[in-house]
Order: sequence, then structure tokens, then C-alpha cells
Amino acid sequence: MSANTSHNAQPGGELTFYLREEHHPEQSTMIGFWIYLMSDCLIFAILFATYAVLGHSFAGGPDAKELFDLKLVAINTAMLLFSSITYGFAMLEMEKGNKGLMISWMVVTFFFGVCFLGIELYEFHHLIGEGAGPWRSAFTSSFFTLVGTHGLHVTCGLVWMAVLMVQMNKHGINAANKRRMTTLSMFWHFLDVIWIGVFSFVYLMGVL
Amino acid sequence: MASHADTHAHGDHGHHDDHHGAHANHGTFGSYMTGFVLSVILTAIPFWLVMGDVIADKQVTAVLVMGLGLVQIIVHMIFFLHMDTKSEGGWNMMALLFTVVLVLITLSGSLWVMHNLNTYMMPLTPEAAKQLP
Repeated sequence: MSANTSHNAQPGGELTFYLREEHHPEQSTMIGFWIYLMSDCLIFAILFATYAVLGHSFAGGPDAKELFDLKLVAINTAMLLFSSITYGFAMLEMEKGNKGLMISWMVVTFFFGVCFLGIELYEFHHLIGEGAGPWRSAFTSSFFTLVGTHGLHVTCGLVWMAVLMVQMNKHGINAANKRRMTTLSMFWHFLDVIWIGVFSFVYLMGVL
Repeated sequence: MASHADTHAHGDHGHHDDHHGAHANHGTFGSYMTGFVLSVILTAIPFWLVMGDVIADKQVTAVLVMGLGLVQIIVHMIFFLHMDTKSEGGWNMMALLFTVVLVLITLSGSLWVMHNLNTYMMPLTPEAAKQLP
């Protein structure tokens, strides 16, 4: 502390002051990305509201209780939750600078993400096979739109993660890659937050 | 001069804190595990409530499921998204609160308006339904 004081007392010490400003562009990316996530949140809010309004308009078709398999949803939820914690571990390894371990955790996260998507696609395929595709009733339309939009986000996240793994492998943990990794972390955990709303409001309330 | 140096030192200190804060913002193994364990518990309870038909009153179960979901969202925000009132100088929290207000207006407004419409709409009898194009 005292060393700092003496340094800054000298006129040359001012320079270190300016160097700090370098942090700001990095910070503004984070807040900007957060604003994007909030706007994404509004998209989901509208889709949730649509589902809330139309979720009981079955048009004589199958209702939520007949269609949803909660065991499958529970497995799906577990997949997304595991992927969240493994991504957290990847972040911790990035902070420590262990490139190898970080990429390993990213691979694990990617695997869980793919599992989640696979199970969701299987569920969609199963529903359509039962004649409960998006065209069946207002309920299935709003359901497929809401859950499908979430699935689309997860797909985008997986593409981003794959690209980032290649970049990390090639260029190592540099400032740009760190920034990408942090924003993807926000995106990925945000999707998990949306999924909490989906499984509580759509699946559990539907079957109840 | 002394005070000048002092402010600089203070600024430096603040910066160091910021830096530490930034690191803490990425979370620690402990915070991630706390978040994970809490999430598992908060996920397992609503699934158990619904799948096991634990409570006879569906209204109570519904309130519990939604309440636990809300708690889990907050847990994720704190332990995974590292939200606090200080991150980004409070702007993160501002944006979040603004969004929450908009979400509440969207959800409650839609439900309210559509419920009203449904209530005031003439009931569609099965006979009338058969004559629909």
C-alpha cells in the first residue's frame, strides 16, 4: 500500500491511472450483453404470456396431462442443471489459466447440452407422432413456440460453445476469449433460468 | 500533496477491490457448488410434489411449485449469474428490475385482459359449435 502511495505521488504515476481505463470496454460488453439478455427475457415473457392465455384451449385435442412425460422432463432438467455447473467449472479453470481442463469441462458442458437438445427433439417427435403437433390446438401451438424458442437458444449456445472451443484451442486464454467465455456463461446460465420457468409453469403446472 | 497522494492511493485501493470483485464475480468453487446443491433441492421438491401427488389440494401445490421456481431463479441469479446490487455499478440490477416490471405487466396484463374477454364472451354451446364453418 505504501509503495503504491509513493509511486502515485510522482508525476509519472499518473500513467498507471490511465491504463485502468482499458478495463472499461470489457465492462461495457458485459453490461451490453446483460441488456441483450434482458430483451431476450421479454421475448420469453411474451411467449409465457401467450402460453398462459392459450394453454387451456385444447380444441378437443389432447391436454397437457395426457401429453407430458414428467420423467423425461426431469431428466432434461437434470441435463441442463449439470451443464450449468460444468460450465461454472470451466469458468473456474479459465480463471486459473488451465486451458486443457477448461476445454475438457466445456466438452462435458457441450455433451450435456446436446443430451438436453436430443431429449427435447425426441419429445417433439413423440408429440407430433401422437398427432399433437403445433397445428393441433392453440395449446400445442403456444407450447411448441415457447419450448421450441428455448431449444433454439440452446442450439445457438451450443454452436457458440463449439466455435469458442476451437478458438480457445487455437489462441489460448487471451482477453478476447475470456470475454467471449464470460458472455457465453451469462447466456448459458440465463437459458437455465428460463428453463426453470418452463418446467415449473408449463410442465409441472400442466400435469398438475 | 499528501491528500492528493492519499486519494490516488485510495483510488488504487478501490481498483484493487474492483479487480478482486471482478474475480469474485466469476464465482468460486464453493459458490458454484452452493448454487448447484440449492438448485437440485429446489428442482427435486416441485417434481416430487407433482409426480408423487403429495398434497391433495392442487391449489396449494401450484402455489408451492411457482414459489419454489421463483426461489430457484433467484438462486441461479446470485450463484450462477453472479448478480448483486454492485455489479456494473448497479446498472445490471437496474436493467433487471426494469425487465421484471415489464414482465410482470406483460404477464398479469395478458392474463387479466384475456380472462375478462373469456368471462364476458357468450358461451359456445355444443349445438352452436356444430354449426361453425
